[in-house]
Amino acid sequence: MEKATDLFSLKSLKLKTKQQELLLRISILGLVYILAFITRLFSVLRYESMIHEFDPYFNYRTTLYLTQKGFYDFWNWFDSESWYPLGRIIGGTLYPGLMVTAAFIYWTLRFLRFAVHIREVCVLTAPFFASNTTLVAYFFGKELWDSGAGLVAAALIAICPGYISRSVAGSYDNEGVAIFALLLTFYLFVKAVKTGSLAWSLASAFGYFYMVSAWGGYVFIINLIPLYVLVLLVVGRYSMRLYVAYNCMYILGMLLAMQIRFVGFQHVQSGEHMAAMGVFFLMQVFYFLDWLKHLLNDQKLFQAFLRITLTCAISVGAIALGVGTASGYISPWTGRFYSLLDPTYAKDHIPIIASVSEHQPTAWSSFMFDFHILLILFPAGLYFCFKRLSDATIFIVMYGLTSMYFAGVMVRLILVATPAVCLISAIAVSATIKNLSQLVRTKAKPTQGGSGKGTTSTKASSKGALDRSLPYQRNGAIALLVGAFYLLTRYAIHCTWVTSEAYSSPSIVLAARGAHGNRVIFDDYREAYYWLRQNTPQDAKVMSWWDYGYQITAMGNRTVIVDNNTWNNTHIATVGRAMSSYEDEAYEIMRSLDVDYVLVVFGGVTGYSSDDINKFLWMVRIGGGVFPVIKEPDYLVNGEYRVDKGAAPKMLNCLMYKLSYYRFGELTTEYGQPPGYDRARGVEIGNKDIKLEYLEEAFTTSNWIVRIYKVKPPKNRW
Amino acid sequence: MAILQLALVFSILTSLSLLAGSSPPPSPDLQIVTAERRIDLNSHIVKVFLTLKIENIGESPASEVLLAYSPTEADHLALVKAAAAAGKKKRKSYLTLDVKPSELPDGPNGTKYYLIHLLKPLGKGEAITLEVLYYLTHSLEPFPVEISQSEAQLVYYRDSAKILSPYPIKEQATFLKSPSSRIESFTRVVPTDRANTELRYGPYEDQSPYSYSPIIIHFENNNAFAVVEELVREIEISHWGSIQVTEHYQLVHAGARHKGAFSRVEYQSKPTHSGVSSFKHLLAELPPRVHSVYYRDNIGNISSSRLRTNFKKSELLIEPRYPLFGGWKSTFVIGYGVPLEDFLFEAADGTRYLNYSFGCPLADTVVEKLTVKVVLPEGSKNPSVVVPFPVEQRTERKYSYLDVVGRTVVVLEKANVVPDHKSPFQVYYKFSPIYMLAEPLMLTSVFFLFFMACVTYLHLDLSISKTKQT
Repeated sequence: MEKATDLFSLKSLKLKTKQQELLLRISILGLVYILAFITRLFSVLRYESMIHEFDPYFNYRTTLYLTQKGFYDFWNWFDSESWYPLGRIIGGTLYPGLMVTAAFIYWTLRFLRFAVHIREVCVLTAPFFASNTTLVAYFFGKELWDSGAGLVAAALIAICPGYISRSVAGSYDNEGVAIFALLLTFYLFVKAVKTGSLAWSLASAFGYFYMVSAWGGYVFIINLIPLYVLVLLVVGRYSMRLYVAYNCMYILGMLLAMQIRFVGFQHVQSGEHMAAMGVFFLMQVFYFLDWLKHLLNDQKLFQAFLRITLTCAISVGAIALGVGTASGYISPWTGRFYSLLDPTYAKDHIPIIASVSEHQPTAWSSFMFDFHILLILFPAGLYFCFKRLSDATIFIVMYGLTSMYFAGVMVRLILVATPAVCLISAIAVSATIKNLSQLVRTKAKPTQGGSGKGTTSTKASSKGALDRSLPYQRNGAIALLVGAFYLLTRYAIHCTWVTSEAYSSPSIVLAARGAHGNRVIFDDYREAYYWLRQNTPQDAKVMSWWDYGYQITAMGNRTVIVDNNTWNNTHIATVGRAMSSYEDEAYEIMRSLDVDYVLVVFGGVTGYSSDDINKFLWMVRIGGGVFPVIKEPDYLVNGEYRVDKGAAPKMLNCLMYKLSYYRFGELTTEYGQPPGYDRARGVEIGNKDIKLEYLEEAFTTSNWIVRIYKVKPPKNRW
Repeated sequence: MAILQLALVFSILTSLSLLAGSSPPPSPDLQIVTAERRIDLNSHIVKVFLTLKIENIGESPASEVLLAYSPTEADHLALVKAAAAAGKKKRKSYLTLDVKPSELPDGPNGTKYYLIHLLKPLGKGEAITLEVLYYLTHSLEPFPVEISQSEAQLVYYRDSAKILSPYPIKEQATFLKSPSSRIESFTRVVPTDRANTELRYGPYEDQSPYSYSPIIIHFENNNAFAVVEELVREIEISHWGSIQVTEHYQLVHAGARHKGAFSRVEYQSKPTHSGVSSFKHLLAELPPRVHSVYYRDNIGNISSSRLRTNFKKSELLIEPRYPLFGGWKSTFVIGYGVPLEDFLFEAADGTRYLNYSFGCPLADTVVEKLTVKVVLPEGSKNPSVVVPFPVEQRTERKYSYLDVVGRTVVVLEKANVVPDHKSPFQVYYKFSPIYMLAEPLMLTSVFFLFFMACVTYLHLDLSISKTKQT
């Protein structure tokens, strides 16, 4: 689309063509930059300038701490408000890139006397970086194909829903800056390979450092780049440029990454990073052999030498790896890494990973939802890439194919695939439109001399040989151009619609349509968190399912037992066990954890379906995974999960059921239904006469979505 | 209990009468002919209307009248207003009089004085009628201290049956009005009468100065005990056409503390029997032509508020995130903009002055500590303040958007503020309009320099060695 406008400019004055083209390119880029930013502001317009969802609240809280207390306090922060009684060393267990970036922007703005609030900075960080990503995409596309493809790539990635889903205003999460860093690192590396320049590979090492500081997804880079190098070696594209680029990037990148405390020595100690090191050594061997080959000048001798050296090198490498792994120096692959390679692994072994909805294998519909026409353009782009193979296109092909595989394994990894898909599709779009418009234009020139319609009759023209064989070529080209234009329009419409409808909800504030078509706001989460913040003792400990941990600490400012940083499975299982036990047993557990308040989320009044009762089976599974006293079949009736009269007796009397439905039996929720009708599950509850012995209702929000109970002190013995 | 109370009364009476002689008799020549006191106990702010008919029986003319308050009363006293009635019954008009805390040494038992300045001295044998209104805050003490959701709130009110005064009172009566007919108990000082919600003490005749007889009334009061522990109002003046007001509230329900469980189902289904002393709305009265109103707290916007505007005033009905029960707290921020021309004027000598209301815009609330900050535009000089009552003053410096030297902030502080403190105050300052152009000029020059830098960069060749063009 942009390419077409680009080419029209070529028609005008010849002297200024280049400047005009530059002007057009810059203005298109500028518009794309702005578009990428404003399309992400739907959430602010629809709701307000607020932090979304779960993890962003932790990021916001730490950023706030960083801006208030400074960098060293942040780095050494021991947070006693989470994981009670264990606590958490924040500086050593997070990727600080996002917080430092936001704080840096904040300090810069403050220095320039823009009296902004840190919240606004955090809310707008993700859109800002999305805009920057479009610039990187432009340069990347330019590097891969031509500047036309770069512009199309920038435009496609600016509005691609797969990326918008993680970068709307308010979605203050690591991915927001990480995708920028990821693409930047790749771009700089490709540039380094192409030029063989030390400067570019140095830049790519710094890009990698930024990526490591921002997101755990850096593992993808540190595995993809060696894989790419390996492929280049195998297909015989080894060059000095590659040697310089990879060695510099790997060594410097590794040293820089070690400065991040959370990553530490993983580059030399963890199995996930060993591929990069192996390829590094392989490069040296390769270079060494190349040099020997040059020295020896004897084919036979060299072959023999090659055999010996290769065997030695491989066996030494294998022995080193084996010894390292056996001695525990090199840690084996983690469960998360396995679950990436094998989609069924998490389901069988790590329920806590499987319980998160964004870790589910991707459905076809969500591919269509997030990529729309890019899904069709992607293979076409691959075709173009294969037609014009270069170091750069090989890279993008590999990036595209591997990330597509990961996107199929986990829903959230669609995000990683999005830049590759956009770039490859941009190549397809750009190449197609370029070809078509060239056809249209070559025919347009001769028609200037003759009549407007007589394209098929101009046989005397020098290029007539081409269209004698294909009589309707020009019309066909025009039709195809119109078709491409239509497809791109549909894409733009689809993206805008998806952004405004699906990806702009903060999920803290729920909106629904009322009976008269008016908008009803359910602000129960904040109601409850603010109540906790204002009306409970400063040191109160709140037990809830881990989903709400970050929100309680950030908005409620109270200590939680478990939170979204699911590093300690046993602790989470203890909470799961308390929730699925009878009240008296749960009371013992809660006493041992010093719990003062219990918070449950309940959607029975409003019909809000992602509440704790619907998550309850995961609590049972995770609890049962560590404490075998909890058995999943006890909560099911013939393998079926129910809450009505036919529910299992253990289900009807466990703590979670009691806390969710306490005094719910007295409430009529829907006209024409008996009292105690659960609107989220569409049944009348099975146990309406719930008595609490060890807990008392402390607060219930106006729509009953959050219920908070106070744990009573132990009774006197006399 | 009763004996104890009697003993207490007796001891106080004796001590007072003993001390009466030794106190500095401020102006023994005045006497109060009739005194009527009406105490309004409807809200948690106690309003007392005092009508005094004063006669000068001495030789020298008197220009000042003293009001006496017991130490506890003086601590809770928020505001005293006085007016002199003039004219006959039908054409009565009131002239506001100046009231000040007196510098006199404390009277017997730490009695504090307030001084009313009469407009013209009272000659020998002349009489004058004074109307006094004063507010007492924190004078209703919840008892029981903790109540559950289904209980009503009962409070104690302590006072004296007889009016404390440094002058002899010939005839006096006190009327108390309670908000409900449920009066659990009250002290009797004969003659005492009760008619539904009203209690009458008196008439008592020929009381000597400093007569005091403590009474205690225990009654039901379910009105909202809304207390703002701290309120910071920031009024930022921009000469570009708007005044931005930001108000930070720390609200607490100061009534009987909530005890035990909070049941939402009861609160929803039986609103008349459950949580009667709790409140969930507050009404803020804002200036007319108010715009861009917001209501939020530190975790985001609060969607439950409603704004009604008309020519005279704007009313903002705010609902905290949750209903407030006894002891529950909530903090929030209200912000709005008002047009500059409504509140900023130019005085005759060229100085500008802001004329804005001082107190808290929330109806029926007590503010324990009010801080008003007036942020003057950058480049303002010589600020001076005119406030109709004593306040603490200081200045600060604040940096806002694109400020270089910072803005002068006039800070006014006052404790114990009631809605009647909403009278206007003025801040005078000198400002030269040239400063208005500082920020636009700064922005323009920054952009200009940026483009200039771009142009220069494009025309520069920074390469060390020329690379050959192929």
